Amino acid sequence: MTFWLVLAVNSITFGGLLFLLSAGFSLIFGLMRIPNLTHGSLFMLGAYIGATFVIGMLGVKLNFWLAALLATLAVAMMGALAERLLLRRLPGDQMAQVLVTLGLSFMAADFCLMVWGGDPLSVNTPSTLTGFARFGALVFPNYRLAIIVIAVIVAIALWLLLERTRLGAMIRAGVDDPDMARVVGIRVSQLFTIVFALGAGLAAFAGIIGGPILSVYPGLDQDMLPLALVVVILGGTGSLLGSFVGSIIVGFIYNFGQALLPELAYFVLFLPMLLVLLLRPQGLFGRHVP
Amino acid sequence: MFRKVTRRKFMAGTAAGAAVAAFKFPTPAIAQAAPFKLGLLTVKTGPLAQGGIQMEQGIVTFLKEKNYTFAGRKVEFISADTGGNPAGTKTKAQELIERDKVDTIVGPLAAFELLAITDYIAQQKTPCLSLAAAEDMTQRRPNPYFLRASATSSQAMHPMADFAAKELKLKRMITISEDFAFGYEQMGGFQQTFEENGGRILKKLWPPIVTPDYTPYLAQIEGVDGVCQGFAGSNPLRFMKQYAAAGLKFPVVTGETGGDDALLRSFGDEALGLYSACPYTLDLNTESNKRFVAAMNKDYSVDPGFYCAGLYVNGMVVEAGLQKTGGKSDDKAAFMAAMKSVTLTDTPRGPIKFDHLGNVIGDIFIRHLEKANGKLINKTVKTYNNVSQFWTYDEKRFLQQPVYSRDFPPVKS
Repeated sequence: MTFWLVLAVNSITFGGLLFLLSAGFSLIFGLMRIPNLTHGSLFMLGAYIGATFVIGMLGVKLNFWLAALLATLAVAMMGALAERLLLRRLPGDQMAQVLVTLGLSFMAADFCLMVWGGDPLSVNTPSTLTGFARFGALVFPNYRLAIIVIAVIVAIALWLLLERTRLGAMIRAGVDDPDMARVVGIRVSQLFTIVFALGAGLAAFAGIIGGPILSVYPGLDQDMLPLALVVVILGGTGSLLGSFVGSIIVGFIYNFGQALLPELAYFVLFLPMLLVLLLRPQGLFGRHVP
Repeated sequence: MFRKVTRRKFMAGTAAGAAVAAFKFPTPAIAQAAPFKLGLLTVKTGPLAQGGIQMEQGIVTFLKEKNYTFAGRKVEFISADTGGNPAGTKTKAQELIERDKVDTIVGPLAAFELLAITDYIAQQKTPCLSLAAAEDMTQRRPNPYFLRASATSSQAMHPMADFAAKELKLKRMITISEDFAFGYEQMGGFQQTFEENGGRILKKLWPPIVTPDYTPYLAQIEGVDGVCQGFAGSNPLRFMKQYAAAGLKFPVVTGETGGDDALLRSFGDEALGLYSACPYTLDLNTESNKRFVAAMNKDYSVDPGFYCAGLYVNGMVVEAGLQKTGGKSDDKAAFMAAMKSVTLTDTPRGPIKFDHLGNVIGDIFIRHLEKANGKLINKTVKTYNNVSQFWTYDEKRFLQQPVYSRDFPPVKS
């Protein structure tokens, strides 16, 4: 019984982390139709930059949350720059976008290797969240529970942003029909930059939040990107609810698949993605066929 | 600005080039005067780069110490980045052998890289000294041009199992390691020796190489008194962290990659108490090790681990081989035989020699991860001397059993 409960709770935590990673991916793809293959790199960059300050590598040692904020802002800036300087020049050309973002991800990986070296970095759990919560026989690390809370808070904040603000309404309009949105006077191109920065920042935030569990190492980007892809394809692009549900589903499939069918762990993980692509290409909650 | 190449200039240039090519340089009277070319196959980009860069540091440290001269011959060092994949390794090996005409290759890092070039190096008769631990390279399918001065996958795990059963008095254990050959071979060796000494392996867990979160596996660890992990790269770091975070307190034992000295700068307190078996240990008190560690500290400000030391020792073997042949390396078979017969009494990993299959016989150190003066250290608690790849087993009998795999030895139910 404990075994199942541990797996279940852990599935939700991992789902929470995946949500932070994939929400931005989904928004970017939904609004801009850019399959952003640098998303894993943004995750890794966030983790590295955050870890730099948590560990105090530059002589400046920051509180975990402050470091997370800093990393988020820094990577959001990078995202905005990449969008303005590169992706802007390739509107509607998906092949070029795939190649450019893939190229950028390789460059980012080598950049990280050059700056931070090959040694994995270990990020300490914020001191307020060390220790365990006990539920009867069940022992669970506080930090993992905190990730669930953080994911829910971010989900609600994003939902409020998208559904209850003017900016959100503009983004939704852009997702549903960019041409019409332009006609009614929404500056869609400006939205692109904002959304890209937001998505990049979210990925970076996920990276540093995941740091204490995953640690930070070369190759982290390639480990995370496929998971984000599965979530977004499963949940549907451009849909916040889709990302959330998709993340939790993938969290469960990932954990139970590895525990019960370790030989087929990847098969089990990617099978739902294939089925969705074949039977319901817009994803469970997607608004349009990609 | 691009310079415009006119047809005339082009013709003139080509003609000049052809003239130079046609003019034969006089061959040197003494062959030894030509530099000895040492090629390194390593990984400098991607996820395996951590170990790969350490390999280069190890060999460069040795070359510097010898002032790039082996047995009176100048050494020309050529480093190639395989990118950590079999195709890249094959390409780079071809470049080193056919274009650069290297006399010997050190590296590559991983077994799957080595397997991609093993036939090629045998066919080209180019000696190759690699850290890759694939057992059958020196067991059931030996390559006459391959020499391993580090260890086979299970070479350190047999003694580790002996130690776990006899000294730690562990009885029931679970093994967990990556789902690939190096993991199978490590855990297989551990299981065989552990069970012969009265222990029992209850379960063997195989997470994929890429497993961001080990919790699904950790949830299955119960009812044991110890865990054997065989992780490599950055995985040990993540495993130990998540192991501690899951509240597990059973003692953990591991091999050379799972508790490498080079990981100490990344590990946190969660790794305290880890026992590791390794063919190299930082605290070994030999002259060459002191020299090696001091040079590494000075040049790279890091403590070396198993990958650095492995390549440093490879360098020593190549040099000793050249001493034996009087600096000659043209006769590849003779040079290979000379290297195979090398016996070194003082290396950073202690005394070494080779068995007839080209695998090292040397010391294996059991270390305990502790904290001293606020710093994590691997303290050597026991040394198994002159450990061969066959441990205490009869070579013939050992080679008759299948190579250690996912299902061999099987888990007894």
